[in-house]
Amino acid sequence: MKGHEAIAIITTALSDELIVGANGFISRQLYSIKDRPQNFYMLGSMGLASSIALGLALAIPNRKIVVIDGDGNILMNLGSLASIGHSSPKNLIHIVLDNESYDSTGGQPTVSSTVKLEKVAEVAGYKTSKKVSDVGSLQHVVAELPRLEGPVFILVKIEKGREKTSRVSIAPEDIKKRFAFAIGSQKC
Amino acid sequence: MNPVSFCKLLKSKGFNLFVGVPCSILTGILNQFMGDSEVIYVPATREDEAIGIAVGAYFGGRKPIVFMQNSGFGLSINALASLVLLYRIPMLLLITWRGDSPLDAPEHYFMGKYTVNLLKALEIPTFTLAKKNVGKVILKAHALMEEGKGPVVLLLREGVIE
Repeated sequence: MKGHEAIAIITTALSDELIVGANGFISRQLYSIKDRPQNFYMLGSMGLASSIALGLALAIPNRKIVVIDGDGNILMNLGSLASIGHSSPKNLIHIVLDNESYDSTGGQPTVSSTVKLEKVAEVAGYKTSKKVSDVGSLQHVVAELPRLEGPVFILVKIEKGREKTSRVSIAPEDIKKRFAFAIGSQKC
Repeated sequence: MNPVSFCKLLKSKGFNLFVGVPCSILTGILNQFMGDSEVIYVPATREDEAIGIAVGAYFGGRKPIVFMQNSGFGLSINALASLVLLYRIPMLLLITWRGDSPLDAPEHYFMGKYTVNLLKALEIPTFTLAKKNVGKVILKAHALMEEGKGPVVLLLREGVIE
């Protein structure tokens, strides 16, 4: 499965959930596949997508928060798995697209080919943790999402290989304003 | 000012989520927040993680304060630059200033020496709390944070809040 296929499957299954997209190809593809005001495109701050999602989940417990993360991203902030497991917000769904590489910088390897991230999430305290490697299993697990106990961790194995996608063309401050307005929480 | 009045003042300005990594200078203050059911206290594993959590909490309608030692501020520079400054997220950072005197432990020496210059380089408005100005400075920092829509730092030395 390619990264864009995974993102298309995930976004098709969602309705009004808030999505935090990790920097790099994930936010770019999310933007090109399904741009919506409920998306927060994290452009920099590599590693912090799941932390932003945790902050959201704690602040608005009645709203579902989905973070689409990458293997390089979460490996940079493994402590986030511990923090999420510890506070255990029921409304948080953490999806990691894992191509075992830093694709946007030329495909150098990460260490996720040997480190079982879904096990790390499980022992950190996520209530549900799954690993999927093909389109059918991903479709099945996203259809199941409303019934899974959170926090949920889903490791999605995807193919290596840079997929050409253009940058998010919304200015950072506009991403912020739009996202805050969609949540209805802040006057920006 | 004592920790009780300090925390009361911050709460009166609407701050209601405290996330960060502790420092011994903050013990009294953190004890207040941890024991307060009206606020959310989130222990972070790293200071840049705390900044990420605070950004999410801000979007969720909370008014966060991020606390850390200046050692952790060093770790947070990219999160400040490419997240908080980039999106202009209003955020109050309470940073303790270790290494401000040569008598402090050696590991704090260089970060203590460079903290103010690093904050200047990032163009983040910074206020150093002193015993006689705490109340005034908090009001000023809060107003600036609200109107500037960006991060503001309170630098706290040992012995100012006790």
